[in-house]
Amino acid sequence: METSQPARPGDHVIEVTDLRRHYGTGATEYQAVRGVDLTVGRGELFALLGTNGAGKTSTMEVIEGLAAPSGGTVRVLGHDPFTERAAVRPRIGVMLQEGGFPGELTVAETGRSWAGMTSGARPVAEALELVGLGHRAGVRVKQLSGGERRRLDLAMALLGRPEVLFLDEPSTGLDPEARAAVWQLVRELRAQGTTVLLTTHYLEEAEELADRLAIMHGGQVVTTGTVAEVIAGRPSRITFELPEFTGTPLPVLAGAEFTVDGRKVTAHSTALQDTLTDLLGWARQHGIALGALDARSASLEEAFLAIASEAAHQAPPEAPARPARRRLIGSAR
Amino acid sequence: MTTAVPVKGSTAAGPQSTTAGRLIALGRAEATLLLRNRTALFTALVLPVVLIGTLHSMLKKQAETTPGLDVDSMLIYGSVGMILAFVVYYNLTAAYVGRRGELVLKRLRTGEARDLEILLGTAVPSLALGLSMAALIGVGGSLGLHLTMPVNPLLMLVGLVLLLGTMIALAALSSAFTKTVESAGITTLPVMLVMQFGSGLFFPLEVMPTQLADICRLLPTTPAFQLIRVGWFGTDGSAAPTDFLGSWGTAAPHLVTGAIWCALAVWGAVRYFRWEPRR
Repeated sequence: METSQPARPGDHVIEVTDLRRHYGTGATEYQAVRGVDLTVGRGELFALLGTNGAGKTSTMEVIEGLAAPSGGTVRVLGHDPFTERAAVRPRIGVMLQEGGFPGELTVAETGRSWAGMTSGARPVAEALELVGLGHRAGVRVKQLSGGERRRLDLAMALLGRPEVLFLDEPSTGLDPEARAAVWQLVRELRAQGTTVLLTTHYLEEAEELADRLAIMHGGQVVTTGTVAEVIAGRPSRITFELPEFTGTPLPVLAGAEFTVDGRKVTAHSTALQDTLTDLLGWARQHGIALGALDARSASLEEAFLAIASEAAHQAPPEAPARPARRRLIGSAR
Repeated sequence: MTTAVPVKGSTAAGPQSTTAGRLIALGRAEATLLLRNRTALFTALVLPVVLIGTLHSMLKKQAETTPGLDVDSMLIYGSVGMILAFVVYYNLTAAYVGRRGELVLKRLRTGEARDLEILLGTAVPSLALGLSMAALIGVGGSLGLHLTMPVNPLLMLVGLVLLLGTMIALAALSSAFTKTVESAGITTLPVMLVMQFGSGLFFPLEVMPTQLADICRLLPTTPAFQLIRVGWFGTDGSAAPTDFLGSWGTAAPHLVTGAIWCALAVWGAVRYFRWEPRR
C-alpha cells in the first residue's frame, strides 16, 4: 500500500513522470504523448498550452484517470487516478473539452442526476448560480447556447467542491463577458485553495490565471515555468513603416536586429527602451515620420509562437517516422 | 455572475455517494429521457403488442401440423420473451449508442460512478419497463387463458436473470458496432432474429426438424428462454412435463449452455464496448 499514501499539505497534488500514451499498434501506432513530466503543487493553477494535436487532451485524460498511460506514472492526491479511481474521484472535478449531458434533460434535471452521483454535493441551485445559469434551470440542455453549455459543464465540475479541478479549454465558445466571469470564478476557487490544471488555446487566459504553465508540442513539454520565466530572454518587438525614398540608411542600434520587408521594418530588441529611444532620435534627426509605429514587450503569445516554430523545426527525439495527422484521426481512440 | 453567491457557498453538503444512490440518479435521468423519446417509447410499448397478434396466428397455423401444441401457453411465453427482446435488448442498445454519441458515458466516467454502475444505471428504466410489461402479460395472460401455475418458479427466476444478464451484455456489445441510434435497427437485427426465430418464441423448437432444433438450442439466448419455459410448464417441449424436482434435470443442460453464453456476452461487452465515439 506504499503507493496510496495520502498527499501531505504542501506536497505535489499532481505528479506526472515520463508519461507516454500511444494509440494503435504496429504501422498505425501513433505516439500522442512522449515522455511528459509535470508537477502541480497544492493550490497552484497550472496551465497546459499547445497547438492543436500537441497532446494536451491526451495528457489530461490520463491524469483525470479516464485512460491508463502507455508508459510512465501519474499520481493525483497520492493515488493512481486510473487504478485507484474510487480514492481519487470524490476529491476531483472534471470539465471535459466538450459536452457530456443529454440534450433532452433540463439544466436542473442534469444537476440533480449529477448531485446523486457526487459525494458531498452542494445544492444544485447554488452550483448553477455560481456560473450564472440559475435562470436557465428549466431549459433543456439542447436549447442552451454553446457558452451556456460550457458553464453547465463547469457547474457540474464544481458540484462536489473538488480539491483538484481539471478544466479542458474551459472558456472556448464563451463571449468576452462570460469569459471574464469564468476567470473571476477560477481565481476565487484558487484563492480558497483549489488546485487547478487547465488547458487552453487562449494565451491571454494562461497569462491572466496561471501560476505556472507548460507549453506542449509534438507530445512533449517544450518549455515550463512561470509566465515571467517563459517570456524571459524573449526579444521585444518594434514595427514601423518608412516613408518612400528616405535615402537614409537605417541606424545601427545596440542589441537590436532589423528585418526589412519593402517599407515595413521589424526590429527585435532585448533592450526595448534603449532601442526605441535611439530609433526615435534617429527619426527626428533625419525628419523621418515612422508610420504605424508599434513597440511591445515580449508577450506569452510571442514566446509561444516562437517556441512552437522552433520546436517544429526540430524533429522530436527518438521519434520513428511520425505518421501524418490523418493517421491519427484514422487510428486514434 | 459570481457576485451573487460566494464560491464557498452554503455549508450545505449532500451525503456520501453510494452505489444505490448512483443507480437511482442515473435510472431516474434515463427514465426521463425514455419518456421524452417517442420513437423509443413506441418501440418499447406498441411494437411488441402488435407482434403478439402475429405470434398468435403463427402458433395457430403450427398447431394444425403439430398436434398437441399448447397454443395458449406458447403465446403467453412467446409474448413475454418478445417484450423483453424489444424493451430490454433493443431499447438498451439504442440508449447506449445515444449516450455514447452525446459523450454522456465519457462524462459519467469522470465522476464517482463505476463502469458497471453506469451500464446498469442506464439499463434501469428498460429493465423496469420490460419486467412490468412481461409481468402484466405473463400474469394477466395466464389467468385469462387459465394456464397452469408455474412448475418451478425458482427455475423461472434463474432463467430470467440469465436472460436479462445476457441481453444487457449483448446490448453493450451491439452498441460497439452501432454508429448512430438510427442504425441500431439494423445492427440489432441479427440478435433480434435469432431471439425470435431461433429461441423457440415464434417457432417452438419441437415443431422444427430435429437437426435445426439442435442447432437452435445452442444459440445465445435459447438456453435462458428454455429455462423459463421448463420452470413454467415443466418441459422444454422435447419430453413430457415433469414436476418441481424433475424440472431441474430437464433444465441442467440449458443452465450450462446459458451460463456459457452469458459469460461470452459479458466478455465480448468488456472487450469491445466503447465509452466514446470513434474520432
